[in-house]
Amino acid sequence: MKRKDIYKGESDLHKIRKDYDLYLLILPGVIWYLLFCYKPMIGLATAFFEYNSFKGLAGSTFVGLANFKEFIFGPDFLRTVKNTFMIALWQIVICFPIPIILAICITEMNNKFISKMTQTATFLPHFISVVVVCGIVVNFLSPSTGIINLIRNKFGFDSIYFMVKPQYFRAIYTTMTLWQNAGFNAIVYIAAIVGIDQQLYEAAIVDGAGKWRRIRSITIPCILPTVVTMFVMNVGKMVKVGYESILLLYQPATYPVSDVISTYSFRMGMENGNFGLATASGLFEAIVALILVVSANKLSQKLTESSLW
Amino acid sequence: MVKTKEKKINKLLMTKQERAFNTVMNILGVLITIICLYPIWYVLIASFSKPFFVDNGDVMFRTIGFNFDSYKRAFQTKGIWTSFSNTIFYTVFGVLVNMIFSTTLAYGLSKKRLVHRKAFVLFVIFTMWFNAGIIPTYLNFRDFNLLNTRTSIILGFAINTYNMIILKSFFEQVPESLEEAAFIDGANNVRIFGQIFIPLSTPALATVSLLYAVNRWNSYFWAMNLINDDKKLPLQVFLKKMIVDRVSGGEDSVILTQTSTWSQTTVIYAIIIIAIIPMLIAYPFIQKYFKSGLTIGANKG
Repeated sequence: MKRKDIYKGESDLHKIRKDYDLYLLILPGVIWYLLFCYKPMIGLATAFFEYNSFKGLAGSTFVGLANFKEFIFGPDFLRTVKNTFMIALWQIVICFPIPIILAICITEMNNKFISKMTQTATFLPHFISVVVVCGIVVNFLSPSTGIINLIRNKFGFDSIYFMVKPQYFRAIYTTMTLWQNAGFNAIVYIAAIVGIDQQLYEAAIVDGAGKWRRIRSITIPCILPTVVTMFVMNVGKMVKVGYESILLLYQPATYPVSDVISTYSFRMGMENGNFGLATASGLFEAIVALILVVSANKLSQKLTESSLW
Repeated sequence: MVKTKEKKINKLLMTKQERAFNTVMNILGVLITIICLYPIWYVLIASFSKPFFVDNGDVMFRTIGFNFDSYKRAFQTKGIWTSFSNTIFYTVFGVLVNMIFSTTLAYGLSKKRLVHRKAFVLFVIFTMWFNAGIIPTYLNFRDFNLLNTRTSIILGFAINTYNMIILKSFFEQVPESLEEAAFIDGANNVRIFGQIFIPLSTPALATVSLLYAVNRWNSYFWAMNLINDDKKLPLQVFLKKMIVDRVSGGEDSVILTQTSTWSQTTVIYAIIIIAIIPMLIAYPFIQKYFKSGLTIGANKG
């Protein structure tokens, strides 16, 4: 008798009783999700309270939408929304396509050693921690001992204190994330390109198609579904922008361009102790991210008939 | 034999244009490699050089005045050993907890006969698209009285949904017949899980443990917020103070001469190297296992 047949036609309760140890196995995981992922969601109610740090949520006063009003009509709303959007835009325009180009280049290199070496070198920075990467950035850009300014000095230019100049922040942040993630993000595309049927290329060669033609007409169309999937997966993250690294890189002097919703929320909560306002702004951001992911998925369903769920 | 012949024919077929394209691609590869590795190379040579030449901009491609003094100073920095051992502790026990929680849940979710399986999977996946955010998570730890405890770091981040899904897809690939055979022999689920599935999925377990370990080793954000006792701080929070905030004893004012063997900057570079060395040692393994894990994750999503 097969296992499947034993359960045929039985009620859920019976199935669970017969298989109780399977449910015991998943119990710790399920409890973990409840305690550390879903219970904090109840804590989102903080957004509607004037949070009392000593008495907790039960001892706080209900203020309705006051925290949201304070955030949306406050002086920092437009700034943080604009900065979040701008940083996300730079990420989409620069950091999203470059891994695709990189993957095509790596797979086109006919010298296997160079191809392998490039992959290894571009992949490496992803595994260096955010703190060390930001540390390298801060120290390289230091006005007195940073290598960038030392090179500038050699060519007779004055040192620039990059980290406090708002006009450089986006470029610094984008370059940094590019260095850290381009090779890592390229992996999925490389796997997709390697998986393309070689006969397509052979047929194209017979038809006299050159390299460019083959990349344009075979490689790119073949990896397009992967590109769309990756795009959808990244859209939600883009709104969240890497606050862990921005927190390390930004300074009051660069707030006009570097302060995004999550860093604002972090500052209001963890530094100013205004948990109500911080939760409200965080919730605002999470909802926008959710809407973006869902709509990007809808869009990709329409465009390519491939979606995440 | 056939292959070499094919290669020769391919070579003959290549047009001039294609040969130029290949050359450009290979040169590009070398350039990209250099650009990617140069920052690390610079940190390395600067950490071994005399600070006078570093600050002068003379150190660009190789060390000048090779010495170990920056490393000696780095190892004498207050807190480096404590935080280093803390990180080892968090990584070892953290990964252990990660694997216990993730494998058991992933195993259960991989079984089609699980009642309301779809609901369970949605329950898990939903947290990838929507999470409570920084402040509610922090307050949650406070409600549990876990602030400033090692438990908060180890237990609070016991499952990473993405890694758990990778494990689930691995378990789904194990042939059902194996399980059937054990079931007929009278083995219960826990035994099937422990004695058949775990030994069979060693490569998967290695991949995911490595993913978790990298995460544990590199994370700073929650340790920074949840822990304020210096004795419990992990390496990354220590690094943040040292190399990002550049907090130090104010040795900066010391005037550097050609004979000085270290400065704040070279010590910082030495600390950076010390912090990434374990990563670099593990890198060949990471590269080997990571790609397989990634492609499986991408297939199943």
